[in-house]
Amino acid sequence: MKILVAVKRVIDYNVKVRVKGDNTGVELANVKMSMNPFDEIAIEEAVRLLEAGTASEVIAISLGEAKCTETIRTALAMGADRGIHVKTDEELQPLAVAKLMKAVCEKENPDMVIVGKQAIDDDCSQTGQMLAALMGWAQGTFASKVEIADGKAQVTREVDGGLETVSLSMPIVVTTDLRLNEPRYASLPNIMKAKKKQIDEYSPEDLGVDATPRLKTLRVDEPPPRQGGGKVADVAELVDKLKNEAGVI
Amino acid sequence: MTVLVVAEHDNQEIKGATLNTVTAAIALGAGDVEILVAGENCQAAADSAAAISGVSKIRMVDNALYANALAEPFAALVVSLAGDYSHIVLSHTTHGKNVAPRVAALLDIVQVSDIMEIKSPDTFVRPIYAGNALATVQASEDKLVITVRGTAFDKAELGGSAPVEAADASNDPGLSSFVGQELTRSERPELTSARIVVSGGRGMQSGDNFHLVETVADKIGAGVGASRAAVDAGYVPNDYQVGQTGKIVAPELYMAIGISGAIQHLAGMKDSKVIVAINKDEEAPIFAVADYGLVGDLFEEMPALAAELDKQGIKPR
Repeated sequence: MKILVAVKRVIDYNVKVRVKGDNTGVELANVKMSMNPFDEIAIEEAVRLLEAGTASEVIAISLGEAKCTETIRTALAMGADRGIHVKTDEELQPLAVAKLMKAVCEKENPDMVIVGKQAIDDDCSQTGQMLAALMGWAQGTFASKVEIADGKAQVTREVDGGLETVSLSMPIVVTTDLRLNEPRYASLPNIMKAKKKQIDEYSPEDLGVDATPRLKTLRVDEPPPRQGGGKVADVAELVDKLKNEAGVI
Repeated sequence: MTVLVVAEHDNQEIKGATLNTVTAAIALGAGDVEILVAGENCQAAADSAAAISGVSKIRMVDNALYANALAEPFAALVVSLAGDYSHIVLSHTTHGKNVAPRVAALLDIVQVSDIMEIKSPDTFVRPIYAGNALATVQASEDKLVITVRGTAFDKAELGGSAPVEAADASNDPGLSSFVGQELTRSERPELTSARIVVSGGRGMQSGDNFHLVETVADKIGAGVGASRAAVDAGYVPNDYQVGQTGKIVAPELYMAIGISGAIQHLAGMKDSKVIVAINKDEEAPIFAVADYGLVGDLFEEMPALAAELDKQGIKPR
Protein backbone atom coordinates (compact mmCIF):
# COMPACT_ATOMS: atom_id res chain seq x y z
CA MET A 1 0.00 0.00 0.00
CA LYS A 2 1.32 3.38 -1.06
CA ILE A 3 0.53 6.49 1.00
CA LEU A 4 0.81 10.11 -0.11
CA VAL A 5 0.99 12.71 2.67
CA ALA A 6 0.66 16.45 2.12
CA VAL A 7 2.76 18.74 4.30
CA LYS A 8 2.29 22.52 4.36
CA ARG A 9 4.86 25.11 5.36
CA VAL A 10 3.18 27.60 7.72
CA ILE A 11 4.12 30.14 10.39
CA ASP A 12 5.14 28.18 13.49
CA TYR A 13 2.20 27.69 15.83
CA ASN A 14 4.04 29.42 18.69
CA VAL A 15 4.59 32.64 16.77
CA LYS A 16 2.29 35.59 17.48
CA VAL A 17 1.09 36.56 14.02
CA ARG A 18 1.23 40.26 13.11
CA VAL A 19 -0.72 42.02 10.40
CA LYS A 20 1.39 44.05 7.97
CA GLY A 21 1.23 47.83 8.24
CA ASP A 22 -0.24 48.17 4.75
CA ASN A 23 -3.01 45.60 5.51
CA THR A 24 -2.05 43.37 2.57
CA GLY A 25 -1.37 40.28 4.65
CA VAL A 26 0.56 39.08 7.69
CA GLU A 27 4.24 39.60 8.38
CA LEU A 28 6.23 36.65 7.00
CA ALA A 29 9.73 38.18 6.91
CA ASN A 30 12.09 36.74 9.55
CA VAL A 31 9.27 34.67 11.04
CA LYS A 32 9.88 31.06 12.09
CA MET A 33 8.20 28.63 9.68
CA SER A 34 7.33 25.00 10.48
CA MET A 35 5.30 22.10 9.22
CA ASN A 36 1.55 22.51 9.83
CA PRO A 37 0.98 20.58 13.12
CA PHE A 38 -1.88 18.52 11.66
CA ASP A 39 0.43 17.45 8.82
CA GLU A 40 3.01 16.22 11.35
CA ILE A 41 0.24 13.95 12.64
CA ALA A 42 -0.44 12.87 9.04
CA ILE A 43 3.22 11.93 8.44
CA GLU A 44 3.37 10.13 11.78
CA GLU A 45 0.30 8.04 10.93
CA ALA A 46 1.73 7.09 7.53
CA VAL A 47 5.12 6.18 8.99
CA ARG A 48 3.44 4.03 11.66
CA LEU A 49 1.57 2.15 8.90
CA LEU A 50 4.92 1.74 7.13
CA GLU A 51 6.58 0.40 10.29
CA ALA A 52 3.66 -1.97 10.87
CA GLY A 53 4.11 -3.38 7.37
CA THR A 54 0.65 -2.18 6.30
CA ALA A 55 2.17 0.42 3.97
CA SER A 56 5.03 -0.19 1.55
CA GLU A 57 5.93 3.38 0.67
CA VAL A 58 5.27 6.86 2.06
CA ILE A 59 5.63 9.90 -0.19
CA ALA A 60 5.58 13.43 1.25
CA ILE A 61 4.29 16.19 -0.99
CA SER A 62 4.44 19.94 -0.45
CA LEU A 63 3.18 22.65 -2.75
CA GLY A 64 4.47 26.21 -2.96
CA GLU A 65 7.67 28.25 -2.85
CA ALA A 66 11.23 26.88 -3.01
CA LYS A 67 11.56 26.66 0.77
CA CYS A 68 8.82 24.01 0.94
CA THR A 69 11.66 21.54 0.37
CA GLU A 70 12.65 22.20 4.01
CA THR A 71 9.21 20.98 5.08
CA ILE A 72 9.55 17.94 2.83
CA ARG A 73 12.98 17.20 4.38
CA THR A 74 11.37 17.29 7.83
CA ALA A 75 8.82 14.70 6.64
CA LEU A 76 11.63 12.58 5.17
CA ALA A 77 13.51 12.79 8.48
CA MET A 78 10.37 11.57 10.27
CA GLY A 79 10.38 8.49 8.02
CA ALA A 80 8.81 9.24 4.64
CA ASP A 81 10.62 7.48 1.78
CA ARG A 82 10.72 10.23 -0.84
CA GLY A 83 9.32 13.64 -1.62
CA ILE A 84 7.45 15.57 -4.29
CA HIS A 85 7.62 19.33 -4.52
CA VAL A 86 5.08 21.17 -6.68
CA LYS A 87 6.96 24.42 -7.00
CA THR A 88 5.29 27.77 -7.60
CA ASP A 89 5.52 31.27 -6.18
CA GLU A 90 1.85 31.87 -6.91
CA GLU A 91 -0.57 31.81 -3.95
CA LEU A 92 -2.20 28.38 -3.84
CA GLN A 93 -5.81 28.08 -2.65
CA PRO A 94 -7.42 24.81 -1.49
CA LEU A 95 -9.19 23.92 -4.76
CA ALA A 96 -5.96 24.48 -6.73
CA VAL A 97 -4.00 22.35 -4.24
CA ALA A 98 -6.61 19.59 -4.58
CA LYS A 99 -6.35 19.70 -8.38
CA LEU A 100 -2.55 19.61 -8.28
CA MET A 101 -2.65 16.69 -5.84
CA LYS A 102 -5.14 14.91 -8.08
CA ALA A 103 -2.66 15.17 -10.95
CA VAL A 104 0.05 13.73 -8.69
CA CYS A 105 -2.29 10.93 -7.54
CA GLU A 106 -2.88 10.01 -11.17
CA LYS A 107 0.91 9.61 -11.63
CA GLU A 108 1.58 7.83 -8.35
CA ASN A 109 -1.63 5.85 -7.75
CA PRO A 110 -1.56 5.92 -3.94
CA ASP A 111 -4.05 3.80 -1.96
CA MET A 112 -4.39 6.43 0.70
CA VAL A 113 -3.77 10.16 0.99
CA ILE A 114 -3.39 11.64 4.47
CA VAL A 115 -3.58 15.40 5.06
CA GLY A 116 -4.12 17.62 8.09
CA LYS A 117 -7.74 18.52 8.83
CA GLN A 118 -6.82 22.17 8.46
CA ALA A 119 -3.78 24.35 8.01
CA ILE A 120 -3.21 26.76 10.87
CA ASP A 121 -2.59 29.69 8.51
CA ASP A 122 -5.76 29.98 6.42
CA ASP A 123 -7.86 27.65 8.66
CA CYS A 124 -9.91 26.63 5.60
CA SER A 125 -10.37 22.89 6.26
CA GLN A 126 -11.08 22.14 2.59
CA THR A 127 -8.20 20.47 0.74
CA GLY A 128 -8.61 16.83 1.79
CA GLN A 129 -12.34 16.74 1.14
CA MET A 130 -11.86 18.47 -2.22
CA LEU A 131 -9.23 15.95 -3.28
CA ALA A 132 -11.49 13.04 -2.27
CA ALA A 133 -14.32 14.54 -4.34
CA LEU A 134 -12.12 15.10 -7.40
CA MET A 135 -10.78 11.53 -7.20
CA GLY A 136 -14.26 10.07 -6.58
CA TRP A 137 -12.93 8.56 -3.35
CA ALA A 138 -14.35 8.20 0.14
CA GLN A 139 -13.13 10.53 2.89
CA GLY A 140 -12.44 9.98 6.57
CA THR A 141 -12.23 13.49 7.96
CA PHE A 142 -11.15 14.62 11.48
CA ALA A 143 -9.83 11.12 12.14
CA SER A 144 -8.84 10.00 15.63
CA LYS A 145 -8.33 6.33 14.63
CA VAL A 146 -7.66 4.56 11.33
CA GLU A 147 -7.71 0.78 10.88
CA ILE A 148 -7.07 -0.91 7.53
CA ALA A 149 -8.32 -4.44 6.74
CA ASP A 150 -9.60 -6.28 3.66
CA GLY A 151 -9.56 -3.31 1.30
CA LYS A 152 -11.55 -1.19 3.72
CA ALA A 153 -10.64 1.47 6.21
CA GLN A 154 -12.51 1.89 9.45
CA VAL A 155 -12.14 5.50 10.50
CA THR A 156 -13.22 6.98 13.83
CA ARG A 157 -14.05 10.65 13.39
CA GLU A 158 -14.20 13.49 15.92
CA VAL A 159 -17.59 15.12 15.36
CA ASP A 160 -19.41 17.88 17.25
CA GLY A 161 -21.45 15.46 19.35
CA GLY A 162 -18.64 12.99 20.15
CA LEU A 163 -17.22 10.23 17.94
CA GLU A 164 -18.50 8.57 14.77
CA THR A 165 -17.11 5.49 13.01
CA VAL A 166 -17.42 4.91 9.27
CA SER A 167 -16.30 2.11 6.98
CA LEU A 168 -14.74 3.33 3.72
CA SER A 169 -13.79 1.55 0.49
CA MET A 170 -10.15 2.14 -0.48
CA PRO A 171 -8.57 4.24 -1.86
CA ILE A 172 -9.38 7.03 0.56
CA VAL A 173 -8.42 10.46 1.82
CA VAL A 174 -7.94 10.78 5.58
CA THR A 175 -7.75 14.13 7.35
CA THR A 176 -6.12 14.08 10.77
CA ASP A 177 -7.43 15.35 14.07
CA LEU A 178 -5.30 15.99 17.15
CA ARG A 179 -5.92 12.70 18.91
CA LEU A 180 -4.84 10.43 16.03
CA ASN A 181 -1.28 10.11 17.35
CA GLU A 182 1.61 12.01 18.86
CA PRO A 183 4.17 12.86 16.19
CA ARG A 184 7.80 11.86 16.80
CA TYR A 185 10.80 14.13 16.74
CA ALA A 186 13.24 13.33 13.95
CA SER A 187 16.54 11.96 15.27
CA LEU A 188 19.83 13.47 14.11
CA PRO A 189 20.86 10.35 12.13
CA ASN A 190 17.47 10.40 10.40
CA ILE A 191 17.84 14.11 9.61
CA MET A 192 21.20 13.29 7.99
CA LYS A 193 19.70 10.36 6.08
CA ALA A 194 16.82 12.54 4.87
CA LYS A 195 19.26 14.78 3.01
CA LYS A 196 20.00 11.95 0.60
CA LYS A 197 16.39 11.02 -0.11
CA GLN A 198 14.93 11.87 -3.49
CA ILE A 199 12.63 14.87 -4.05
CA ASP A 200 10.98 15.18 -7.48
CA GLU A 201 9.97 18.63 -8.61
CA TYR A 202 7.02 19.62 -10.77
CA SER A 203 5.46 22.93 -11.76
CA PRO A 204 1.67 23.41 -12.02
CA GLU A 205 2.24 23.59 -15.81
CA ASP A 206 3.98 20.17 -15.77
CA LEU A 207 0.86 18.80 -14.12
CA GLY A 208 -1.48 20.57 -16.53
CA VAL A 209 -3.32 22.43 -13.78
CA ASP A 210 -4.43 26.06 -13.77
CA ALA A 211 -3.65 27.06 -10.18
CA THR A 212 -4.69 30.71 -10.47
CA PRO A 213 -6.33 31.99 -7.24
CA ARG A 214 -10.10 32.42 -7.55
CA LEU A 215 -10.57 34.25 -4.28
CA LYS A 216 -8.94 37.64 -3.88
CA THR A 217 -7.81 38.98 -0.51
CA LEU A 218 -8.80 42.64 -0.47
CA ARG A 219 -7.28 43.44 2.93
CA VAL A 220 -6.18 41.91 6.21
CA ASP A 221 -6.90 43.57 9.55
CA GLU A 222 -6.05 43.09 13.20
CA PRO A 223 -9.09 41.89 15.14
CA PRO A 224 -10.54 44.51 17.49
CA PRO A 225 -8.49 44.40 20.70
CA ARG A 226 -10.11 43.06 23.84
CA GLN A 227 -9.88 45.13 27.00
CA GLY A 228 -8.97 42.59 29.66
CA GLY A 229 -6.78 42.59 32.70
CA GLY A 230 -9.46 43.30 35.35
CA LYS A 231 -8.99 41.50 38.65
CA VAL A 232 -11.16 40.58 41.61
CA ALA A 233 -9.93 39.82 45.13
CA ASP A 234 -12.11 36.83 45.97
CA VAL A 235 -15.13 34.76 44.93
CA ALA A 236 -17.55 37.04 46.79
CA GLU A 237 -16.45 40.02 44.71
CA LEU A 238 -16.53 37.86 41.56
CA VAL A 239 -20.14 36.75 42.09
CA ASP A 240 -21.17 40.29 43.03
CA LYS A 241 -19.58 41.74 39.86
CA LEU A 242 -21.08 39.06 37.60
CA LYS A 243 -24.51 39.65 39.12
CA ASN A 244 -24.61 43.41 39.55
CA GLU A 245 -22.01 44.91 37.18
CA ALA A 246 -22.05 42.52 34.18
CA GLY A 247 -25.57 41.20 34.81
CA VAL A 248 -24.77 37.80 33.31
CA ILE A 249 -25.81 35.53 36.19
CA MET B 1 -30.96 34.33 -7.58
CA THR B 2 -31.76 31.91 -4.78
CA VAL B 3 -29.70 30.74 -1.82
CA LEU B 4 -29.72 27.15 -0.56
CA VAL B 5 -29.03 26.46 3.13
CA VAL B 6 -28.10 22.87 3.93
CA ALA B 7 -29.73 22.14 7.30
CA GLU B 8 -28.34 20.07 10.13
CA HIS B 9 -30.91 18.13 12.11
CA ASP B 10 -31.61 14.92 14.01
CA ASN B 11 -34.66 14.08 11.83
CA GLN B 12 -36.87 15.65 14.50
CA GLU B 13 -35.58 19.18 14.88
CA ILE B 14 -33.30 21.62 13.12
CA LYS B 15 -30.05 22.17 15.03
CA GLY B 16 -29.34 25.58 16.52
CA ALA B 17 -26.34 26.26 14.27
CA THR B 18 -28.58 26.12 11.21
CA LEU B 19 -30.65 29.01 12.60
CA ASN B 20 -27.53 31.21 12.68
CA THR B 21 -26.65 30.06 9.18
CA VAL B 22 -30.11 31.00 7.87
CA THR B 23 -29.60 34.53 9.24
CA ALA B 24 -26.33 34.75 7.28
CA ALA B 25 -28.04 33.38 4.15
CA ILE B 26 -30.75 36.05 4.40
CA ALA B 27 -28.10 38.73 5.04
CA LEU B 28 -26.43 37.84 1.73
CA GLY B 29 -29.27 39.75 0.12
CA ALA B 30 -28.87 37.54 -2.92
CA GLY B 31 -32.51 36.45 -3.14
CA ASP B 32 -34.91 33.89 -1.72
CA VAL B 33 -33.59 31.45 0.86
CA GLU B 34 -34.49 27.77 0.60
CA ILE B 35 -33.51 25.04 3.04
CA LEU B 36 -32.51 21.47 2.21
CA VAL B 37 -33.53 18.93 4.85
CA ALA B 38 -32.18 15.50 3.90
CA GLY B 39 -32.47 12.55 6.25
CA GLU B 40 -34.47 9.44 7.03
CA ASN B 41 -38.00 9.96 8.38
CA CYS B 42 -37.19 13.66 8.51
CA GLN B 43 -40.70 15.12 8.03
CA ALA B 44 -40.67 16.56 11.56
CA ALA B 45 -37.32 18.24 10.91
CA ALA B 46 -38.61 19.64 7.61
CA ASP B 47 -41.67 21.01 9.41
CA SER B 48 -39.46 22.67 12.02
CA ALA B 49 -37.37 24.23 9.21
CA ALA B 50 -40.59 25.50 7.60
CA ALA B 51 -41.26 27.53 10.74
CA ILE B 52 -38.07 29.60 10.35
CA SER B 53 -38.91 33.17 9.36
CA GLY B 54 -37.65 34.52 6.06
CA VAL B 55 -37.45 31.17 4.29
CA SER B 56 -39.32 30.68 1.01
CA LYS B 57 -39.26 26.89 0.60
CA ILE B 58 -38.11 23.65 2.23
CA ARG B 59 -36.73 20.93 0.00
CA MET B 60 -37.07 17.63 1.81
CA VAL B 61 -35.31 14.45 0.74
CA ASP B 62 -36.41 11.50 2.85
CA ASN B 63 -34.25 8.48 2.12
CA ALA B 64 -32.25 5.93 4.14
CA LEU B 65 -29.18 7.00 2.15
CA TYR B 66 -29.01 10.22 4.18
CA ALA B 67 -29.73 8.70 7.60
CA ASN B 68 -26.25 9.46 8.92
CA ALA B 69 -25.30 12.34 6.64
CA LEU B 70 -22.27 10.51 5.22
CA ALA B 71 -20.25 13.00 3.16
CA GLU B 72 -20.16 10.96 -0.06
CA PRO B 73 -23.90 10.47 -0.71
CA PHE B 74 -24.82 13.75 1.00
CA ALA B 75 -22.49 15.85 -1.18
CA ALA B 76 -23.73 14.01 -4.29
CA LEU B 77 -27.28 14.97 -3.32
CA VAL B 78 -26.42 18.66 -2.79
CA VAL B 79 -24.65 18.70 -6.17
CA SER B 80 -27.71 17.16 -7.86
CA LEU B 81 -29.87 19.96 -6.44
CA ALA B 82 -27.32 22.77 -6.87
CA GLY B 83 -28.86 23.96 -10.18
CA ASP B 84 -29.41 27.68 -10.20
CA TYR B 85 -28.56 28.54 -6.61
CA SER B 86 -26.08 31.39 -6.35
CA HIS B 87 -24.88 30.41 -2.87
CA ILE B 88 -24.84 27.03 -1.14
CA VAL B 89 -24.54 27.74 2.55
CA LEU B 90 -23.62 25.39 5.42
CA SER B 91 -22.67 25.85 9.06
CA HIS B 92 -18.95 25.70 9.86
CA THR B 93 -19.56 22.64 12.06
CA THR B 94 -18.03 19.19 11.63
CA HIS B 95 -20.98 18.30 9.35
CA GLY B 96 -20.60 21.43 7.23
CA LYS B 97 -16.82 21.14 7.08
CA ASN B 98 -17.14 17.51 5.98
CA VAL B 99 -19.66 18.10 3.20
CA ALA B 100 -19.09 21.64 1.87
CA PRO B 101 -15.63 21.23 0.26
CA ARG B 102 -16.79 18.04 -1.43
CA VAL B 103 -19.71 19.94 -2.95
CA ALA B 104 -17.49 22.85 -4.03
CA ALA B 105 -14.93 20.57 -5.70
CA LEU B 106 -17.59 18.55 -7.54
CA LEU B 107 -19.08 21.79 -8.87
CA ASP B 108 -15.61 23.29 -9.51
CA ILE B 109 -16.49 26.41 -7.52
CA VAL B 110 -14.78 28.26 -4.69
CA GLN B 111 -15.58 27.72 -1.02
CA VAL B 112 -15.29 30.55 1.50
CA SER B 113 -14.92 28.99 4.97
CA ASP B 114 -16.06 30.26 8.34
CA ILE B 115 -17.41 33.67 7.33
CA MET B 116 -17.94 36.19 10.16
CA GLU B 117 -19.28 39.14 8.19
CA ILE B 118 -20.92 39.75 4.83
CA LYS B 119 -19.79 42.87 2.95
CA SER B 120 -21.68 42.02 -0.24
CA PRO B 121 -22.91 38.81 -1.93
CA ASP B 122 -19.35 38.09 -3.07
CA THR B 123 -17.24 39.73 -0.34
CA PHE B 124 -16.76 38.34 3.16
CA VAL B 125 -14.68 38.72 6.30
CA ARG B 126 -13.19 35.50 7.67
CA PRO B 127 -10.68 34.74 10.41
CA ILE B 128 -7.21 33.47 9.52
CA TYR B 129 -4.34 32.45 11.83
CA ALA B 130 -6.72 31.40 14.60
CA GLY B 131 -8.51 34.74 14.44
CA ASN B 132 -5.31 36.75 14.97
CA ALA B 133 -6.05 38.38 11.63
CA LEU B 134 -9.26 39.00 9.72
CA ALA B 135 -9.17 38.69 5.94
CA THR B 136 -11.64 40.42 3.65
CA VAL B 137 -11.95 38.20 0.60
CA GLN B 138 -13.79 38.62 -2.69
CA ALA B 139 -14.85 35.85 -5.03
CA SER B 140 -14.58 36.45 -8.75
CA GLU B 141 -17.37 34.04 -9.67
CA ASP B 142 -21.11 34.20 -9.14
CA LYS B 143 -21.66 30.73 -7.64
CA LEU B 144 -20.16 29.97 -4.24
CA VAL B 145 -20.12 27.52 -1.37
CA ILE B 146 -19.97 29.19 2.04
CA THR B 147 -19.61 27.93 5.60
CA VAL B 148 -20.79 30.22 8.38
CA ARG B 149 -19.36 30.90 11.84
CA GLY B 150 -22.48 30.51 13.99
CA THR B 151 -21.38 32.83 16.79
CA ALA B 152 -21.06 35.74 14.32
CA PHE B 153 -24.76 35.74 13.36
CA ASP B 154 -27.94 35.82 15.46
CA LYS B 155 -30.35 32.92 15.33
CA ALA B 156 -33.16 33.30 12.81
CA GLU B 157 -36.58 33.92 14.33
CA LEU B 158 -39.39 31.40 14.19
CA GLY B 159 -42.90 32.17 12.99
CA GLY B 160 -42.70 31.40 9.26
CA SER B 161 -44.68 28.82 7.33
CA ALA B 162 -42.73 27.92 4.21
CA PRO B 163 -44.06 25.14 1.97
CA VAL B 164 -42.33 21.76 2.18
CA GLU B 165 -41.62 20.12 -1.18
CA ALA B 166 -40.23 16.62 -1.55
CA ALA B 167 -37.18 16.23 -3.79
CA ASP B 168 -35.61 13.10 -5.24
CA ALA B 169 -32.68 11.26 -3.74
CA SER B 170 -29.47 11.16 -5.74
CA ASN B 171 -27.28 8.17 -6.62
CA ASP B 172 -25.38 6.36 -3.90
CA PRO B 173 -21.66 6.63 -4.68
CA GLY B 174 -21.34 3.39 -2.67
CA LEU B 175 -18.04 4.39 -1.07
CA SER B 176 -18.91 4.56 2.60
CA SER B 177 -21.10 3.08 5.28
CA PHE B 178 -21.96 4.06 8.83
CA VAL B 179 -20.62 1.80 11.58
CA GLY B 180 -21.62 3.52 14.79
CA GLN B 181 -21.31 6.53 17.02
CA GLU B 182 -20.47 7.38 20.59
CA LEU B 183 -22.24 10.60 21.40
CA THR B 184 -21.57 12.39 24.64
CA ARG B 185 -24.80 12.41 26.64
CA SER B 186 -25.32 15.51 28.66
CA GLU B 187 -28.24 17.31 30.25
CA ARG B 188 -26.25 20.54 30.11
CA PRO B 189 -26.65 23.15 27.36
CA GLU B 190 -24.79 22.44 24.12
CA LEU B 191 -21.47 24.34 24.04
CA THR B 192 -21.90 26.46 20.93
CA SER B 193 -25.37 27.69 21.92
CA ALA B 194 -24.99 27.87 25.73
CA ARG B 195 -25.53 31.28 27.35
CA ILE B 196 -22.74 30.49 29.82
CA VAL B 197 -19.76 28.17 29.35
CA VAL B 198 -17.42 26.99 32.11
CA SER B 199 -14.22 25.34 30.80
CA GLY B 200 -11.46 23.47 32.59
CA GLY B 201 -7.84 23.17 31.52
CA ARG B 202 -4.67 21.35 32.38
CA GLY B 203 -4.87 22.88 35.86
CA MET B 204 -7.75 20.50 36.65
CA GLN B 205 -5.08 17.75 36.93
CA SER B 206 -7.53 14.88 36.29
CA GLY B 207 -10.92 14.01 34.82
CA ASP B 208 -12.20 13.26 38.32
CA ASN B 209 -11.59 16.87 39.33
CA PHE B 210 -13.91 18.12 36.57
CA HIS B 211 -16.77 17.80 39.05
CA LEU B 212 -15.52 21.14 40.42
CA VAL B 213 -16.27 22.73 37.04
CA GLU B 214 -19.55 20.84 36.64
CA THR B 215 -20.84 21.83 40.08
CA VAL B 216 -20.38 25.53 39.33
CA ALA B 217 -21.74 25.08 35.77
CA ASP B 218 -24.96 23.48 37.06
CA LYS B 219 -25.56 26.30 39.54
CA ILE B 220 -25.62 28.87 36.73
CA GLY B 221 -27.05 26.72 33.89
CA ALA B 222 -23.79 26.57 31.94
CA GLY B 223 -22.36 24.24 29.31
CA VAL B 224 -19.03 22.59 30.12
CA GLY B 225 -15.98 22.91 27.88
CA ALA B 226 -12.25 22.29 28.05
CA SER B 227 -8.91 23.34 26.63
CA ARG B 228 -7.02 21.13 24.20
CA ALA B 229 -4.58 20.21 26.99
CA ALA B 230 -7.42 18.80 29.10
CA VAL B 231 -8.81 16.82 26.16
CA ASP B 232 -5.39 15.49 25.09
CA ALA B 233 -4.75 14.40 28.68
CA GLY B 234 -7.98 12.40 28.53
CA TYR B 235 -9.77 14.35 31.29
CA VAL B 236 -12.87 14.86 29.09
CA PRO B 237 -14.11 13.75 25.59
CA ASN B 238 -12.97 15.49 22.38
CA ASP B 239 -16.26 17.28 21.82
CA TYR B 240 -15.57 19.45 24.89
CA GLN B 241 -12.68 21.19 23.15
CA VAL B 242 -12.92 24.95 22.74
CA GLY B 243 -10.35 26.56 20.44
CA GLN B 244 -8.98 27.09 16.95
CA THR B 245 -9.37 23.42 16.06
CA GLY B 246 -12.29 22.63 18.36
CA LYS B 247 -15.49 24.55 18.92
CA ILE B 248 -15.85 28.30 18.60
CA VAL B 249 -18.03 29.76 21.36
CA ALA B 250 -19.13 33.29 22.15
CA PRO B 251 -21.44 33.06 25.17
CA GLU B 252 -22.53 35.91 27.42
CA LEU B 253 -20.20 34.54 30.10
CA TYR B 254 -17.12 32.34 29.63
CA MET B 255 -15.27 31.06 32.67
CA ALA B 256 -11.76 29.66 32.11
CA ILE B 257 -10.71 27.49 35.04
CA GLY B 258 -7.07 26.38 35.24
CA ILE B 259 -6.54 27.41 31.60
CA SER B 260 -3.34 29.34 30.80
CA GLY B 261 -4.73 30.85 27.59
CA ALA B 262 -2.70 29.65 24.59
CA ILE B 263 -3.56 31.60 21.42
CA GLN B 264 -5.23 28.47 20.04
CA HIS B 265 -7.62 28.46 23.01
CA LEU B 266 -8.23 32.21 22.92
CA ALA B 267 -9.22 31.78 19.26
CA GLY B 268 -12.20 29.75 20.37
CA MET B 269 -13.59 32.04 23.09
CA LYS B 270 -12.28 35.59 22.89
CA ASP B 271 -15.51 36.90 21.38
CA SER B 272 -17.38 35.98 24.57
CA LYS B 273 -19.15 38.98 26.12
CA VAL B 274 -17.71 38.57 29.62
CA ILE B 275 -14.65 36.45 30.43
CA VAL B 276 -13.70 35.18 33.89
CA ALA B 277 -10.36 33.47 34.57
CA ILE B 278 -9.35 31.56 37.67
CA ASN B 279 -5.69 30.54 37.65
CA LYS B 280 -2.93 30.34 40.23
CA ASP B 281 -0.35 31.74 37.80
CA GLU B 282 -0.66 35.50 37.87
CA GLU B 283 1.31 35.74 34.59
CA ALA B 284 -1.04 33.42 32.64
CA PRO B 285 -2.01 35.02 29.28
CA ILE B 286 -5.69 34.29 29.95
CA PHE B 287 -5.73 37.23 32.41
CA ALA B 288 -4.94 39.66 29.57
CA VAL B 289 -8.35 38.93 27.99
CA ALA B 290 -10.31 38.38 31.22
CA ASP B 291 -12.75 41.00 32.48
CA TYR B 292 -12.63 39.44 35.94
CA GLY B 293 -9.45 37.58 36.83
CA LEU B 294 -9.07 35.75 40.11
CA VAL B 295 -5.55 34.67 41.01
CA GLY B 296 -5.85 31.62 43.21
CA ASP B 297 -5.77 27.84 43.54
CA LEU B 298 -8.80 26.48 41.69
CA PHE B 299 -9.08 23.60 44.17
CA GLU B 300 -9.89 26.19 46.86
CA GLU B 301 -11.62 28.81 44.69
CA MET B 302 -14.09 26.54 42.88
CA PRO B 303 -15.72 25.06 46.02
CA ALA B 304 -15.75 28.58 47.48
CA LEU B 305 -17.36 29.91 44.30
CA ALA B 306 -20.03 27.18 44.42
CA ALA B 307 -20.80 28.13 48.03
CA GLU B 308 -20.84 31.85 47.21
CA LEU B 309 -23.30 31.32 44.33
CA ASP B 310 -25.63 29.60 46.82
CA LYS B 311 -25.09 32.29 49.41
CA GLN B 312 -25.98 35.09 46.99
CA GLY B 313 -29.00 33.09 45.79
CA ILE B 314 -27.83 32.66 42.17
CA LYS B 315 -29.93 30.18 40.15
CA PRO B 316 -29.81 29.11 36.48
CA ARG B 317 -31.86 31.51 34.34
